[in-house]
Amino acid sequence: MSEYRLEMRDVVKTFPGVKALDHAQLKLRPGTVHALMGENGAGKSTLMKCMFGIYHMDEGEVVYEGQKVQIKGPLDALNRGIAMVHQELQPIPERSIGENIYVGRYPTKRIGPIVTIDHEKMYQDAAAVLKEVHLNYDPKAKLGSLSVSQMQLVEIAKAVSADCKVLILDEPTSSLTAAEVEALFTIVHELRQKGVAIVYISHKMDEILRISDEVTIMRDGQYIGTWDAKGLTTDFIITKMVGRELSNLYPPRSNVPGEVVFEVEDFTSINPKSFRHASFQVRRGEILGVAGLVGAQRTELMEGLFGLRCHSAGKITYKGKELKINQPKQAIDSGIAMLTEDRRATGILGVLSIADNVSIASLNQYLIGGFMLDDGKIEQLVQDNVAKLSIKTPSSKTLIQSLSGGNQQKVLISRWLANDPDVFILDEPTRGIDVGAKYEIYCIIAELAKQGKSVIMISSEMSELIGMSDRIMVMCDGRVTGFIDGKDANQENIMALATQFE
Amino acid sequence: MENKQLNAKAVKNFLSNNAIIILIFILALFVGFVADNFWTSNNFKNLVVNVSPRFIIACGVSGCLITKGTDLSAGRQVGLAACLAAMMLQSVDYAARALPWMPDLPWFAALLIVIPIMAVFGAINGCVIAFLKVPPFIATLGMQTIVYGLCSVVTGNDPLGGFKSSYSQVALGSLGPIPYLAIFAIVVGAYMLFLYNKTRHGKYMYAIGGNENAAQVAGVNVPATLIRIYVLASVLYAVAGFMVGAKAGGASTATGFGYELEAIAACTIGGVSTNGGVGKVGGILIGVLVFEILKICLQFLRVDPAYTFIAQGLVIIVAVALDLRKYLAKK
Repeated sequence: MSEYRLEMRDVVKTFPGVKALDHAQLKLRPGTVHALMGENGAGKSTLMKCMFGIYHMDEGEVVYEGQKVQIKGPLDALNRGIAMVHQELQPIPERSIGENIYVGRYPTKRIGPIVTIDHEKMYQDAAAVLKEVHLNYDPKAKLGSLSVSQMQLVEIAKAVSADCKVLILDEPTSSLTAAEVEALFTIVHELRQKGVAIVYISHKMDEILRISDEVTIMRDGQYIGTWDAKGLTTDFIITKMVGRELSNLYPPRSNVPGEVVFEVEDFTSINPKSFRHASFQVRRGEILGVAGLVGAQRTELMEGLFGLRCHSAGKITYKGKELKINQPKQAIDSGIAMLTEDRRATGILGVLSIADNVSIASLNQYLIGGFMLDDGKIEQLVQDNVAKLSIKTPSSKTLIQSLSGGNQQKVLISRWLANDPDVFILDEPTRGIDVGAKYEIYCIIAELAKQGKSVIMISSEMSELIGMSDRIMVMCDGRVTGFIDGKDANQENIMALATQFE
Repeated sequence: MENKQLNAKAVKNFLSNNAIIILIFILALFVGFVADNFWTSNNFKNLVVNVSPRFIIACGVSGCLITKGTDLSAGRQVGLAACLAAMMLQSVDYAARALPWMPDLPWFAALLIVIPIMAVFGAINGCVIAFLKVPPFIATLGMQTIVYGLCSVVTGNDPLGGFKSSYSQVALGSLGPIPYLAIFAIVVGAYMLFLYNKTRHGKYMYAIGGNENAAQVAGVNVPATLIRIYVLASVLYAVAGFMVGAKAGGASTATGFGYELEAIAACTIGGVSTNGGVGKVGGILIGVLVFEILKICLQFLRVDPAYTFIAQGLVIIVAVALDLRKYLAKK
């Protein structure tokens, strides 16, 4: 018997265009809490999904209780005693708590030749499991009657009910109140006493330092190291998490920020958990970086400004004029453009041509007689942009979905350029784009700023923010927690602001 | 060598993408050999006259399908439009006139009255789908039943006949060799071709079908576009209903029954994807033609009408399955 309950060795996982895991490893001892840390996109969740069988790794091996195993899928993992509480819950709110705990592995009984679900046993077991994790809920109540944080605790009860030997908790406290966090920690302690190996993923330093026995840090899909949690400091962890060198990955910038043109005051979401009281200013020709962890509500804030999400309070002023924005059309008409975070979901029109994708937001400019589209003008626009942004495509009739991520992004930038906006909101503009294309996108951003456009750029890549921004706004948990001048910004002071939880 | 493989692959793709069209073409050839009078001008004219209203209905449904919706009320709306036109265009000396007070209207006046009435139903469909976010399947299913009920109320469940000759002439007459009904279809087809390819409305429609969220981010007024699509659809059903009434020489609550399914099937066979964002007017025409040719072939083969329904149902399912396969394979 090895000293480890579970080992993951040399795990490689590639997604189209991205190496998500690059020889990552993890060694779990029984009866310990093992913190897994890293920046957004470092590969923590991917590694856990490989362990839980949601993803199949390209290379590498899993050694479980001294034996090499292949985990075929979540059900296989559960049967082996590996349970996972996901970052995003997958509840069935319309069914009972008991059914949610036992979904997919309901206890059954036989009545003659017919196999039915043994509801009595299910609810008895569910009650016992809930009691074990100190939850006082009726297992027959609808799951939907609980709050989000209570559902998260039920999810943990579900993991416990599997009688697991390895438990993965992926950001379990992101939606819990302080009291509930305490309850969770009690459960974690008890499980540890029972010899369960627990993987704990969280961005909250104080939690990590308090609860964990060992800490493994990942960066860019690679294994950085494992340390005993005792004696670790926040500073040490942050340095290891983000410590990458800045070389000339970024083009020189010659933009000169001018007067303040775009101003947001006290912008608050209708959702109390989302952005609130956000105030900031952007200058003419300035690149404002926006930093924050997952859940900092950066995207939500920007989508709110663009009219994609509702706000309950706040004022947006552009060149001294107050803007009323409740839907994207109004934002676009006011000279704002937004490159959304998820290119596939809210950016490209996949089955349409590049010409259609470029022209869709500015069709009003190419009319003959007020109603007929001028195909010649549209073709001209496309050709201009293909040349200007060096978009690699066989023709303007090619479907956008057949282009690479970088070229798709350039097509989307052209779409907005056609409207000649003054404020450019870019949400993760280089996500899922290979290194060469990234540099080209940076050049385009620098050029926009040089032309006097105001650029707001959300990014989860620290180095990108530091390398490209004139100023960085940091958000945490829906609030703007501070601004850092681009010249003074470093990973440490950004992380410090990004983890200022209330 | 590699070139050959590529060619083989291209041929295979072409065959599987157009499987139904090719099969029915082969069926037509076969029937042409075994049956007499298949290749006659009369049969051809019959085909054209049958295709014309169905093409117009399919054009109406196509906009809904391209935006990932559907319109199950199409057939019943065609029926109501036919009944309304019939009520206005009965001979003044016909004894059992539904509306004895109705003056002697020219046929195009009746058409111009039916169109705005039917447009109201489209506007309701569009608003329910765009603002109340009711899935189009459910919204138009409800509308189907409502329209059928209204049609029963308006006609008192009595079949309408005794059309004045100018109305019957719309179906019987022709301009040179081209039947009047075909002229309706040609005008609508040309208009749709223009609308889908040369206007903002067309581009917005394809954008919504391609990715509704992305279209909204790009500033497309999604609700307004959807409402326009469903209103246009109803306007086209009005025209088609007018034609169907003239062609049948009578109208009743049963008129137009099942036409929505034929239209949806024809669109799908013609390459309008149920996944949204894809579909051409030319394809829709081919789809309608193929479906009508299938029906005529089965007739010529003396297949029991009951079996004809079974065959048509199978073609619909196979067409959609083949269409979805194209997209599954890409993932």
